[in-house]
Amino acid sequence: MEDISFKVNRYDPDSDKGSYYQDLSLKVEDSDLEKLTVLDCLIRLKEEQDGSLTFRHSCGHGSCGSCAMLINGNNRLACETYVTELIGTAGPDIEVSPLPGFPMVKDLVVDMGTLFAHDKEVKPYLIDREDSDTSEETLQTPDQLERIREARDCIMCGACTSACPTYWDNKKYLGPAAFVRAFRWQKDSREKDTAERMDVLDDKSGGVWGCNKVFNCNEACPKEIDTVGIIEKLKRKALGF
Amino acid sequence: MKTVKHDLVIVGGGAAGLRAAIEADDHVDDVAVVSKVRALRSHSVSAQGGIAAPLGNLPENEEDDWERHFKDTVRGGAYLVDKDACEILTKNARENVVELEHMGVPFTRKEDGHLDQRPFGGHSLPRALYAADSTGHAIIYALYGENVKRETTFYDEYFVFDLLTDRQKVNGLVGYEMETGELVLFRAKAVILATGGCGQAYDITSSGRASTGDGLGMAIRAGIPLSDMEFIQFHPTGLKGRGILISEAARGEGGYLLNGDGERFMEKYEPDAMELAPRDVVVRAMQRELNAGRGVNGEDYLHLDLTHLPREKIERKLPTINDLAKDFAKVDPSRQPIPVQPTAHYCMGGIPTDLSGRVESSDGAESWDNLYAAGEVACVSVHGANRLGANSLLEAVTFGKRAGKFAARRAAGTEFGKNGRDILSRYESKLNSKLNGEGSVRVHELKDKLTSIMTDSAGVFRNGEDLESALLGIRDLKESYSNDLILGDRSKSFNTELRSALELENVLNFSEFIVHAALSREESRGAHSRTDFPESDDENWLAHSRLIRVRSGEIKVDYRKVRAKDEREEYR
Repeated sequence: MEDISFKVNRYDPDSDKGSYYQDLSLKVEDSDLEKLTVLDCLIRLKEEQDGSLTFRHSCGHGSCGSCAMLINGNNRLACETYVTELIGTAGPDIEVSPLPGFPMVKDLVVDMGTLFAHDKEVKPYLIDREDSDTSEETLQTPDQLERIREARDCIMCGACTSACPTYWDNKKYLGPAAFVRAFRWQKDSREKDTAERMDVLDDKSGGVWGCNKVFNCNEACPKEIDTVGIIEKLKRKALGF
Repeated sequence: MKTVKHDLVIVGGGAAGLRAAIEADDHVDDVAVVSKVRALRSHSVSAQGGIAAPLGNLPENEEDDWERHFKDTVRGGAYLVDKDACEILTKNARENVVELEHMGVPFTRKEDGHLDQRPFGGHSLPRALYAADSTGHAIIYALYGENVKRETTFYDEYFVFDLLTDRQKVNGLVGYEMETGELVLFRAKAVILATGGCGQAYDITSSGRASTGDGLGMAIRAGIPLSDMEFIQFHPTGLKGRGILISEAARGEGGYLLNGDGERFMEKYEPDAMELAPRDVVVRAMQRELNAGRGVNGEDYLHLDLTHLPREKIERKLPTINDLAKDFAKVDPSRQPIPVQPTAHYCMGGIPTDLSGRVESSDGAESWDNLYAAGEVACVSVHGANRLGANSLLEAVTFGKRAGKFAARRAAGTEFGKNGRDILSRYESKLNSKLNGEGSVRVHELKDKLTSIMTDSAGVFRNGEDLESALLGIRDLKESYSNDLILGDRSKSFNTELRSALELENVLNFSEFIVHAALSREESRGAHSRTDFPESDDENWLAHSRLIRVRSGEIKVDYRKVRAKDEREEYR
């Protein structure tokens, strides 16, 4: 048997003035240890110890983007973070907090309203299709598709924007997630009107110029998207290159 | 408590709901999508392998056309497919996928820029368009973007518990906002249920935790029948232990299934189609191997072997399952076989609708005035007794689009109905009594018992005796749910335990329907295999089941003939 110790952020808006950390521990069979994710542990803690422990989760395999949280100081998806990566250090094995930079709703749940509002601002769709004949497929070569392959993997979990120091200071800053999403549509060979979106991205306060290349976003992305690289490309595009 | 009004309210933000909203926008001003998870978190994002359409874009499938697609679908569905619905599905497939492409779905291309296609089980030619192996994600993100463009109203993280009905008409819905716990009355001129699947009734499932069949539960409580609920598809390749989907595309791209002796066992069962036989055939073969003790290391799993495929092909065409195998099974698919087992995947049955997506009434004689359903929650019956891979995304967009169009037209030609003044306070009491229950049983304890009953008795193989005792077991659990429940969280704000309790009510109810339907059908067909009735019996059973809860609480079953005349010979 292994005892895994947790430090979990708790906050109930109905009864707590502020958030605090709660110490919890979970007994795990040695043979189960290497199969266990942080999400598995949170579910067990909720079921076995405290039914009010609150967190989002859905698909359980890194596709839906629901369970991003701050785990031992890094923004990660709880469903694909294994406890064996985390245990054995000094202090509590696993410290879990809600994603930073977003308003806390309850325990590990944050308000993602701004993340999705910023996403809408960059127009996550084809503004004007290159080919208006909708009865036939538009041609797109594998090379053209390759340009958006990385950006289109984004699952909108918010890990990158939550990790961004510029976003912490300036909530008007659209943030790395919105830029990745913008890039995905901007570079789609079927997109004709790129100027309209570029105006949003070139904005002094909200646009790409707020990026100071801290690279927190790259480290946070569960899909390993080179977010800073994408923002740099958008900057060059804004300068007319 | 608050009341909101929209011409059309769609419940569910997956492929069917989002496609419906887009189409509806062409016909009516005010469309709202209500979803208990944000649209981009809907389980449609987990669809992997593809979406079928007979484009004939390859030299080897040039002769493909809708009639072949139609015949494959009817045959794969064990002839329980309604042919009029299937004709709509397949005839319009080209138009509907090309539309998706125009909305920006990043489908994988051939060198010449045309849409690529890959083989899928039960399809006689390569027919599945795909976006690597995250086709659902690619489609949902494009449909969502199109909705943003059209300024669809989204109620994200609102849980809907009931339809408000007046005879054959629906006046709205009752739900609550997760974040605050505030009750909301959604008034609507028309409603579309697009709440998705119900895999959470089983302990090993490819479905996310949100797939709790909420629309099925709402229908049952409103006295609406469910059709063909005995047909639950088990996908052959769920990742061992977790049930996470490993797409059929892995076999489409050349993967083998091996038993514990390293034998490619499909040779014994289906020497022609091998691993690309329809799913019901493959999963029965797998279960037989497992039951005979030929699992790997004598355990309850088999191997999906891709090691003979070039690493580059796996990385380029199957990147998602490559990652999933590495993350969740700790194997590198280009070097080691992937451990797999059958996983509850898809519900062929659901709320019966006509071809416009309108919900059929209990006697089947006429349809509801303004209630529609589309996608996995619905049963227009294009899948019959067993769905072919890559046909579910196609169904969701095809019939989502139709429901969107017809529901919006209906909304445009009608007025808001009236609801009783005390409706919200009645639901407030219901919520409060749930929150303050003084029992001793937690939600997950009941749910674990239920999923083990369902897995043991209503799985790949069923028999009368087990189904009988499952029915009793479920009734006990329902008793317990009503009388003994206690929530571990009593706060109003973002109470996920409360949501789970409300979902469990739905899961218990439709599970009883699944078992009842399975017990009633005394034959084997498609995904429904009775060991005590192993043969198909066209004479007596080539019909859709229709179950309804009558006022006494009992479930009544009747059967309806497959639509259009039986042209079986022609489709063989």
